[in-house]
Amino acid sequence: MLRVKDLHVAYGQSEALHGISFSSAKKETVAIMGRNGMGKTTLFKSLIGILPIKSGSVHVGDQDITHDESFRRVAKGIAYVPQGRMIFPLLTVEENIKTGLENSKNKIIPEDIYAMFPVLWEMRRRKGGNLSGGQQQQLAIARALATDPRILLLDEPTEGIQPSIIKDIAHALNEIRKLRDITIIVSEQVLSFALDVADRLFVIEGGRMVHETARQDTDQDHIKAYLSV
Amino acid sequence: MTPSDIFNITLMQGFAGLSLFAVLLLMGLGLAIIFGQMGVINMAHGEFMTIGAYTVYLGSVLTAEYAPEFMPYYFPFAIVAAFFFAFIAGWLIEWGLIRFLYQRPLDTLLATWGVSLAIQQIFRTCVGPKEVSPTLPDWLLGSWAPSEGLDIPINGIFVLSLTILVTLGVVLALYRSRWGLRVRATVSNRVMANATGIDTKKTDRLTFAIGCGIAGIAGAAFTTIGSTGPTSGQLYIVDAFLVVTFGGTASLMGTVVSAFGIAQTQSISEFFLAGSMAKVLTLSVIVLILMIRPQGLFASKVRH
Repeated sequence: MLRVKDLHVAYGQSEALHGISFSSAKKETVAIMGRNGMGKTTLFKSLIGILPIKSGSVHVGDQDITHDESFRRVAKGIAYVPQGRMIFPLLTVEENIKTGLENSKNKIIPEDIYAMFPVLWEMRRRKGGNLSGGQQQQLAIARALATDPRILLLDEPTEGIQPSIIKDIAHALNEIRKLRDITIIVSEQVLSFALDVADRLFVIEGGRMVHETARQDTDQDHIKAYLSV
Repeated sequence: MTPSDIFNITLMQGFAGLSLFAVLLLMGLGLAIIFGQMGVINMAHGEFMTIGAYTVYLGSVLTAEYAPEFMPYYFPFAIVAAFFFAFIAGWLIEWGLIRFLYQRPLDTLLATWGVSLAIQQIFRTCVGPKEVSPTLPDWLLGSWAPSEGLDIPINGIFVLSLTILVTLGVVLALYRSRWGLRVRATVSNRVMANATGIDTKKTDRLTFAIGCGIAGIAGAAFTTIGSTGPTSGQLYIVDAFLVVTFGGTASLMGTVVSAFGIAQTQSISEFFLAGSMAKVLTLSVIVLILMIRPQGLFASKVRH
């Protein structure tokens, strides 16, 4: 579904990603683990088109999206939930979700979105900025799902969120996989969360993929060694 | 003068201020949505107003020439045409010039100023340097006298109603239409709006064109209270900027209140003082208030 080949991304002269390659199958969930500053967010930003790609390629299915602007990538089936959620604080919850309906024909929010996140239905008239962190995270995911994506990118969805809500988010992600034909790429520092949702795990360090494992073969201590400071 | 005379004069002068308020508000609305979304200070905004005014003049001349019996009805159609001409001009200028300069706010200031001069020269060459006025339909002339000594001009009432209509239309479009949602998402977070699938560049172009179109309507309204020359728009641009800055950028309510305040202060003090002294008074009050509240009258209180 998503194929990333030899991706190089640089901030000006300094290169942050030195040739990342990975791919994910249809309906597969892939977790990308790594400490802060190892390139997770840079990778995600370049996948959605916020950061330009210096060399390498990104394919969705058989479409090359390497040099597309973000909104065209969304139309081709990628959705993005950024680190820090980045909902629109002055728009209501409902309006936030509606921003994702740009490519939908009737501009009506699909019912399954509120079914997945009932709290958003209750809060639909409130301003996004007045929601709690966990609710904003759900809103950011709902907004991304409104674009009806084939690939969902989630950049550190558990950051700054209390443990009980982290469980809820893991549950929601597994629900989404059941309800929709969707590939999920999630970056994470919390190993237990990654093991809850992912089929395969990668470890990124210093802008390179250094480890890959299927969930059932995961050597937890080995990955924890990568994650500890 | 009896107290009732003073009351009537204040009321009439206040109403003259409302006409100025109408033009300033329409100008300020366009400027505010363009500045709010793209951060572009459009120095050519006054010229889009003049385009609207000339459109009405053109409509009047053409109607008188080819369909004189249509004369009483041409005005509303001319207003719509004024919007579309200014809209199209704005669209072309955004596409041909402004979109290359979004990363460079100061350069847009210079570039739009250049556009302003160029358009003024086009007016001078094509229409002529003399001021022109359209022939207004009869129903716009005259005044309404609810009581002895009190005359409210009908064109003023018309301009005011038009302004209220357009302002409500803009608010409705911003809060109920797909375009409005795109605009508000883009203003809130441009990068993220793009990453939710919104074509922010197309939205920019549409917003710029709509802002210019509203200036065109301002120009159409202006023809009922003054005559149009190549530099008519320039006279209003400074005041329109004051309206936007004073009201607090990205706040429509602020734009309305500040347009009202500036127009009324200007108009009422003009009656008691000389025109330039009235301007000094208005500006001093604005400067004082902006020193105390640099963010303008209305600023968004929600955290970002």
